[in-house]
Amino acid sequence: MALRMWASSTANALGISCVSKAHLSPAFSLPRCFSTVLDGLKYASSHEWVKHEGSVATIGITDHAQDHLGEVVFVELPEAGGSVSQGSSFGAVESVKATSDVNSPISGEIIEVNSKLSETPGLINSSPYKEGWMIKVKPSSPSEVESLMGSKEYTKFCEEEDAAH
Amino acid sequence: MTISQTRNIGLPLMNLLKLKGFSILLQLQLEEQLLRTSSENWCILNDGTSDPTVVMGVSGKPAELLEIESVVLDQVPVIRRFTGGGTVLVDDGTIFVTFICSKDAIPGLQPYPRPIMSWSSLLYNKVFQGIGDFHLRENDYVFGERKFGGNAQSIIRSRWIHHTSFLWDYKVGNMSYLKLPKRAPEYRLSRGHLDFICRMKDYMTRSNFIERTVEATGFYFSVRSVDLEAIETPSNIKFCPSSRLLAKQELEAAARAL
Repeated sequence: MALRMWASSTANALGISCVSKAHLSPAFSLPRCFSTVLDGLKYASSHEWVKHEGSVATIGITDHAQDHLGEVVFVELPEAGGSVSQGSSFGAVESVKATSDVNSPISGEIIEVNSKLSETPGLINSSPYKEGWMIKVKPSSPSEVESLMGSKEYTKFCEEEDAAH
Repeated sequence: MTISQTRNIGLPLMNLLKLKGFSILLQLQLEEQLLRTSSENWCILNDGTSDPTVVMGVSGKPAELLEIESVVLDQVPVIRRFTGGGTVLVDDGTIFVTFICSKDAIPGLQPYPRPIMSWSSLLYNKVFQGIGDFHLRENDYVFGERKFGGNAQSIIRSRWIHHTSFLWDYKVGNMSYLKLPKRAPEYRLSRGHLDFICRMKDYMTRSNFIERTVEATGFYFSVRSVDLEAIETPSNIKFCPSSRLLAKQELEAAARAL
């Protein structure tokens, strides 16, 4: 409990929030830990984040997602020049013998792909919001970003999702 | 109403497709189609595949995983499948069991790799109850320290697939097509293939395994049998499977690139 309070107050000072995972039933339980949610980003219910700066939106998967997925060993990404549409898969990550789709939170044209992920897929685990970014997109419908969750809403969403399972 | 009928009320429906000697490539393509275009739950049981075939996971690199010269010389088909995980050599001694489920099919189950793997071990605990020292070891099904079942998964937005190739029997010579993988579970302890794996036939018959698997599935689902011919691709959905056969030229190019 003390650790949780310290983590919470530290997080508040840094402009980040922490998702605390509820303890689940023994058969399906995950380790109890905190995942980070950053202020200033927008979040999809499928656990991707968007950072919208000017005419470019950077997309990746959240700390909550990478923690639940486990060690990422392979990342499948599209090519620049292609397009993405909101809610549709644009790639996949492989972890613990599973491929998991990554869905785009917004629609637009892919202008850049993080080539570092082919050699170092673990960046998604170690730095999900910075070095582990996946694609950069020129949004075709800027209002889509506004429809996504903010940090507080996403934090609550993760806690409710974990508690429900 | 019988007790079993009463128990079935409220359980989600599971379509059971039983096959025998079905092409593993066609099976994988069917599985991907059902995962991505169906909203129903599916259990596919394929008792053996006709031709010895290498099946790699989505990120598999042939030059690292296979003795390519022998594979090409002996014309062994090599498939890259759509799920994660490692490389297996399958043949008529392999029994395939696949579960394709919507994310709410199992109450309380989060659609992530480790919870799904945990759930599968609960189901197979029932299958192998009283038979051998069965457990899920890291991500493999083992009797004691020896693997007899390899798993792989794919998780999409609202559905997941967990499929297993069970070594009911295998031919020793076929294992020579596979190199020792770089990524291996810790419990393998650098053992070669023949010291690492075991045969399910030493523990139970094929029919007993299949019967027990269907029964264990019935603990979680209301199971109904379907025929392959009854499965249709929805006409309004355009789907192209990603599991494919690697061409000889691709394998040879991979060998040269090493």
